[in-house]
Amino acid sequence: MVVANATTGIASPLKCALTLSQGFQGSTRRLQWRKNERQCARKTGHGVITAKFDLKPPPYPMDALEPHMSRETFEYHWGKHHRAYVDNLNKQIAGTELDGMTLEDIVVVTYNKGDLLPPFNNAAQVWNHDFFWESMKPGGGGKPAGELLDLINRDFGSFEEFVKEFKTAAATQFGSGWAWLVYKANRLEVGNAENPLPLDEDKKLVVVKSPNAVNPLVWDYFPLLTVDVWEHAYYLDYQNRRPDYLSIFMEKLVSWEAVSSRLDSAKARATEREREEERKKNEEEEYGTANSEAVEMYLESDDAVSD
Amino acid sequence: MALRHLLTKKPLATQPLGILGFRRVQTFSLPDLPYDYGALEPAISSEIMHLHHQKHHQTYITNYNKALEQLDDAMTKGDASTVVKLQSAIKFNGGGHVNHSIFWKNLAPIHEGGGEPPKGSLGWAIDNNFGSLEALIQKMNAEGAALQGSGWVWLGVDKELNRLIVETTGNQDPLVTKGPSLVPLLGIDVWEHAYYLQYKNVRPDYLKNIWKVMNWKYASEVYDKEFPES
Repeated sequence: MVVANATTGIASPLKCALTLSQGFQGSTRRLQWRKNERQCARKTGHGVITAKFDLKPPPYPMDALEPHMSRETFEYHWGKHHRAYVDNLNKQIAGTELDGMTLEDIVVVTYNKGDLLPPFNNAAQVWNHDFFWESMKPGGGGKPAGELLDLINRDFGSFEEFVKEFKTAAATQFGSGWAWLVYKANRLEVGNAENPLPLDEDKKLVVVKSPNAVNPLVWDYFPLLTVDVWEHAYYLDYQNRRPDYLSIFMEKLVSWEAVSSRLDSAKARATEREREEERKKNEEEEYGTANSEAVEMYLESDDAVSD
Repeated sequence: MALRHLLTKKPLATQPLGILGFRRVQTFSLPDLPYDYGALEPAISSEIMHLHHQKHHQTYITNYNKALEQLDDAMTKGDASTVVKLQSAIKFNGGGHVNHSIFWKNLAPIHEGGGEPPKGSLGWAIDNNFGSLEALIQKMNAEGAALQGSGWVWLGVDKELNRLIVETTGNQDPLVTKGPSLVPLLGIDVWEHAYYLQYKNVRPDYLKNIWKVMNWKYASEVYDKEFPES
């Protein structure tokens, strides 16, 4: 997705337009983001390294979802809206510290705990649209199977109940936005409480909605499925009838294969993350002990000198 | 408040309330458009006006009435948490009704004066506050185009400071959410439903063209009502 381009001869070689002075600590993601001299310095050399995001084509032809989602809708939605988000994002990050980061990291960093930085809307909308196209397929719909269905039954009571909840979330998103099925494997940090490892009861499927460009990555959830409820997603085909669009989306378009495979990788990543956190925690404890011993020793030796 | 006369009120069917007997819940109904659906063409198509008025505005009113009835019910029962829970639906749907009621009056067919620049005290106030009408239009177009997602761009007057302001509001928040002394003179709907069938993704073209059917006469009347001495 990220294409590195070596460009030479650009007039303003160093432009760290975005200076984030605070370290960012996503709840459990622990993505470190500081003023990064190294990255800026890298750009002061002969060539300027820029990483450019590409407009990723949907995994099927433009008319493949007809009649449920028309070719015309696709031509505007992908060809104009999605493209504009990509182009504007590339312009916004060129030469900044965000240049070269993964799209996911840009989304989380520029969300900035809700105090959005300028590239957030474009970055998140690029991510959302890539994810949305892959949430659908020609001849989609029907019912999921296997573990995904088991979890849906466990967490929503039944598939029908899930569909109802998902459609209600999407229909009641006041204004532009998105509805999501996510895998929630975290506990958000609360005040000064320690962030414990997730319990089994915290690991579950949840339906959430989000306004405008916001997506559940910023809440540290693993997105599994989304439906776009910006009016441009359905207006040419359904006009004001958002509920009809949502029914068709569930009945004819959802790619449950995509959702299932996202669930697999979400679970794998959650497990990996837990191990990583466990390891870090142990490391910190060891480091902390060693450090306090060192201080004590220093004080003792100091006393010894003054004696 | 200036908005008050815009709201078409009518008592709907009386509500049987068990032992309390009968009570009337004040509800709202769709105001008529002051012109034909096709009268703003080519700036805004008949199809858009039809859907926007008959479907979108009607849905806000239907859901507003529903929420108000539930509110009435919850208050009668002293159900505090339901009263609070209903606030977002009331703000969104009530705001949708208030905003669209203003919006229809903000527009006028060209042969009825649509697009004619403001005269009198509002015209002076615009020059004083923004330099010129063109500068104001440019500012509103820029802010309307930059608004992320759905919402409105407003020209309002701060009646305490006697100053014109340009503001944007998200979703269906009315202008008053940006300050209790703000009175809307004109609002432009930048929800995609307001322009998508005709302008698709090119919101700036919609914003450019809507000024051709802007009803400055209405904006002047509201302004003069707030400042009769000027």
